[in-house]
Amino acid sequence: MIEPTPGRSAPRLQLLRISKAYPSVVANADVDLTVMPGEIHAVLGENGAGKSTLMKIIYGVTRPDYGQILWEGRQVEIPSPSAARQLGIGMVFQHFSLFETLTVAENIALALDGSAAPAALAPRIRSVSAAYGLPVDPDRLVHSMSVGERQRVEIVRCLLQSPRLLIMDEPTSVLTPQAVLTLFDSLRRLAAEGCSILYISHKLDEIQSLCDRATVLRAGRVTGTANPREESARSLAEMMIGRELPACRLGPCQAGAARLELKGLSVATADPFGTDLKDLHLQVRAGEIVGIAGISGNGQQELLRVLSGETRTDAPGSLQLMGQDVGRWGPAARRTLGLGFVPEERLGRGAVPDLSLADNALLTGYGAGMVARGLIRFNRVRDFARQVIRRFEVKCGGEHSVAGSLSGGNLQKFIVGRETLLQPQVLVVAQPTWGVDIGASMLIRQALIDLRDQAVAVLVLSEELDELFMISDRLAVLAGGRLSPAVATRTTNIDQIGIWMSGNFEPAPGADTGALAQV
Amino acid sequence: MNLEWLIPFLASTAGAATPLIFASLGELVAEKSGVLNLGVEGMMLVGAVAGFAVTMATGHVGIGLIAAMVAAMGSSLIFAFLVLTLQTNQVATGLALTLFGVGLSAFAGRDLIGRTVEPLPHLTVPGLSGLPFLGPLLFQFDLMVYLAIAAVLAVGWVLARTRLGLILRAVGESPHSAHAIGYPVIRLRYGAVLFGGALAGLAGAYLCLALTPMWVEGMTAGRGWIAVAQVVFATWKPRGILLGAYLFGGVNVLQFHGQGMGIAIPAEFLSMLPYLATILVLVLISRNPRTILLNKPMSLGQNYRPDA
Amino acid sequence: MMLASPLIAAMAMLITGSMLFLFLGQEPVHAFHVYFIKPLGTAYGVGELLLKATPLILCGVGLALGFRANVQNIGADGQLTMGAIGGASVALAFPDVQSGWLLPLMLLAGALAGMAWAAIPALLRTRFHTNEILVSLMLVYVAYLFLSYLVHGPLRDPEGFNFPQSKMFQDAALLPLLHEGLRTNVAFILSLFAVAGAWFFCRRSFAGFRMQVSGMAPAAAAYAGFSEARNVWLAFLVSGALAGLAGVGEVAGPIGQLQPSVSPGYGFTAIIVAYVGRLHPIGVLLAALLMSLLYIGGESVQMELQLPTAITGVFQGLLLFYLLAADLFIHYRFKPRRRIGAQPTPSVDANLPQETAAS
Repeated sequence: MIEPTPGRSAPRLQLLRISKAYPSVVANADVDLTVMPGEIHAVLGENGAGKSTLMKIIYGVTRPDYGQILWEGRQVEIPSPSAARQLGIGMVFQHFSLFETLTVAENIALALDGSAAPAALAPRIRSVSAAYGLPVDPDRLVHSMSVGERQRVEIVRCLLQSPRLLIMDEPTSVLTPQAVLTLFDSLRRLAAEGCSILYISHKLDEIQSLCDRATVLRAGRVTGTANPREESARSLAEMMIGRELPACRLGPCQAGAARLELKGLSVATADPFGTDLKDLHLQVRAGEIVGIAGISGNGQQELLRVLSGETRTDAPGSLQLMGQDVGRWGPAARRTLGLGFVPEERLGRGAVPDLSLADNALLTGYGAGMVARGLIRFNRVRDFARQVIRRFEVKCGGEHSVAGSLSGGNLQKFIVGRETLLQPQVLVVAQPTWGVDIGASMLIRQALIDLRDQAVAVLVLSEELDELFMISDRLAVLAGGRLSPAVATRTTNIDQIGIWMSGNFEPAPGADTGALAQV
Repeated sequence: MNLEWLIPFLASTAGAATPLIFASLGELVAEKSGVLNLGVEGMMLVGAVAGFAVTMATGHVGIGLIAAMVAAMGSSLIFAFLVLTLQTNQVATGLALTLFGVGLSAFAGRDLIGRTVEPLPHLTVPGLSGLPFLGPLLFQFDLMVYLAIAAVLAVGWVLARTRLGLILRAVGESPHSAHAIGYPVIRLRYGAVLFGGALAGLAGAYLCLALTPMWVEGMTAGRGWIAVAQVVFATWKPRGILLGAYLFGGVNVLQFHGQGMGIAIPAEFLSMLPYLATILVLVLISRNPRTILLNKPMSLGQNYRPDA
Repeated sequence: MMLASPLIAAMAMLITGSMLFLFLGQEPVHAFHVYFIKPLGTAYGVGELLLKATPLILCGVGLALGFRANVQNIGADGQLTMGAIGGASVALAFPDVQSGWLLPLMLLAGALAGMAWAAIPALLRTRFHTNEILVSLMLVYVAYLFLSYLVHGPLRDPEGFNFPQSKMFQDAALLPLLHEGLRTNVAFILSLFAVAGAWFFCRRSFAGFRMQVSGMAPAAAAYAGFSEARNVWLAFLVSGALAGLAGVGEVAGPIGQLQPSVSPGYGFTAIIVAYVGRLHPIGVLLAALLMSLLYIGGESVQMELQLPTAITGVFQGLLLFYLLAADLFIHYRFKPRRRIGAQPTPSVDANLPQETAAS
């Protein structure tokens, strides 16, 4: 715990003209940032704005090309994470840096400098974690913990080093709305004791509720600083995006026949760290978008694999596509039947990084006339790829540019475009706009809505509740491998969904007949 | 039943098991840190030829053993440099190391063929070695047999109980996380690979300084590969290596004791047994993917690329 | 660009080679001449070059196909050995036959034997998830021992003075030579067909595309619905068949009988050939010629300069090391650390490429 030092006016951290460039792009340009002691300071910006790079610089993972860092008034260099820790900087990563097969105590022992044995740390872990309202058990193996619990381990790990500055990188994407409130309480307690907090996020409402000041980044530069509570969501959004936040046009839903049906689907996971699926019931009809909310670690991977065909299921009748029992069918067969699928991972799964966009078009387009008698028809492949690039405004060097050279947003547009233009009957999409800039995000969301207007059945799995509320006709929650009933979006709200995300719902077997009143 | 063959059989098992223990143990440490080194066969041969040559030149087996470790470590350094600093493909580079080691050892040993050295002496423990049954069985081996067992216990203890072991395991599981915390992933992996090289050299030298005290081209006859398979069979646990090595040692020496045991199979088929047994054991272990998933170091075989 | 790394590697190897020659007390330029140039000076020398290249091409093409799909067949030498046994068995079973169907039958038998031997690691990988590197390798030793058993026992020439070797094959069981005075035989033509077939397969066929994706991004292949099992089987069966053919090519060619050893490690050298050839059929052809030259050069310097033949093994190993290293320089362009304090660049692009991660 830190003693607050009243009257001290030197900033805890000051960044002056920080710049960092990578081979093909500039991540940070001339960034100034000031954080006072005990302040909760937001760093706000869309995906691709340069927030993570900036944090890596502060935590010593990367060196800036240019600029100065001042810590409590003195200029410092931060050559490594342990140097950052010695100054008193702690970081909770967006993608956790925990070791699954080790215990909590072993994980924390590894992260602390010095040679404390895991056993000796256990009592301190218990007391500190309880004191901040984030209890963890030191002897548990990390792989048995939920994502939210793992985040607590990361935070406790930082707290044990009595940080003077705590950096939190997009912490709430793995939390239910209720857990977010608990986290905010802990952070306020910490700040009250004099610890400064740098809070990275793109979620405006959270920042308005938690933070004292905000620095807004766009395209690597600071576009403004503000007191979030005095700004409107709209003005903050404009600082982030540079223009008004475009809205999606979601017309009335005209749902037709059920195209994808889960009837009591249960799947045991093959992954020792995974989640079993239990008795799922769902219908997705032509002309509607069904959204499934839920944070990762609750069975999304398993559900996606069983939908795409990478995992087979034996129980007859539990998975039906276009009226056929497809549980034992592989991905290729399901595609022939009309299934399209946009996976969570772009590089390495949705597209092969070292192949051209044309080759990547062939990756799932082979059933659409691009292969004849076992041989590739290069002209057709090229034409299709060009069509995708044009219709979805993919910024690239043409269809022969390599997939790995595209930005996240453009590659995602290509993949969504490819699946869309293959004219599926059912489209399953996972995390459609993760890591994608706002312009591409809106294009993708509108594309999904347009598809739905053309009587395609669309199923979207996403961690972003805002997005699901924006585009879904009906919503369900996947929690602990169980699926809630799907309700019309207009009849529910974030709090309700949040409660469901903790698993507090009654799944109604067979009750999802899709005939849930007016949508 | 005539049991005269039993004691020599069990005793020679220890001799056959010892090089497997050293080679496997070294590879286990490398793999625990996330590096798959398929060059064990090559490193063993390099160690063997170096150990033999130096022992012939100096007359001291001890110096020969040290030379073997140094030589094999040198060859593993080439591998480490390629894989860790230049980030080449681990499988291809390991194969290259084996091929290079085979070629280099044949080249360096061309004048040593047919020569012999004084083998490593068998110990006598006063009082115990003279015991009627247990004596020849347990107390008349050379030093390395006991050292091998001690090595297994030592490595097991370091991995499970010390901070170094903890860090090494962490690096093998998630080098990115280890780097994010601030551990020198590349440097630790260099250390693990060099350690593996040293033990592989020791294993190779044992073959030509104790087991069959002479130099023959390619005398490891695939033992390096069996050592790699053994790490899988032991599910990356040191005590599993001890068990596996003695099992294989036994299968290995069957071909020499077959006559005495009254087995009427042609010698070549008995010689096939170690290789077939290796395959069988691998199949048994791999059948359930969960076993591998739970025990294999998660980053095994993947190169770790530090960010800018 | 594809040529750059093999060339760099070859250069580096030559430089190291000259140092090695110096160390052995030879004048480098002369030694190089004897090693690389002299053997090619006569027609007979060229014939030997093509002869030794044949098994390397056959095995190398098959292995390259597999490596592209991340199927690592390290047991080609064992498949070659079994192929030799298969072809030889047919020849020895019909010692009095003179007609033309004998040779094709031998080739078929050899290819099938190689395929069968390669089917074992394929089966174990697809059914039991067993690592194919170790399985295929163990089977090499088993194949060697089986051959040893055969030539010491059942297939030994009763009139051979107890030497472990089979009867010499009858004329109808020997591959026809391509030209008077040269030892190169029809197998070389077969190897060229293999190169052409592989090229077509990789470039134009969808099956080739599937294998390529499988090797580059297994998760993408699964996503696309490409069957990993099918790729594994195809890779092993094709490389097994080609290696088996190479085996028949040896015993029905320069060796003319079954001996305790039918290969100086061609199956392993073919691994180097595949990588140096950048896993491309034409590259494999060129790399095989280079490797073959290394073998012949070794024999040449042994005869003329009394240098050890083992020098070949060293060169080949070095070549692979250098190739792997050179590849990295070409692909990733080894960058020195940036200096801190450089002026920031004013232009900014909002779209970061994937490698620099989401921020």
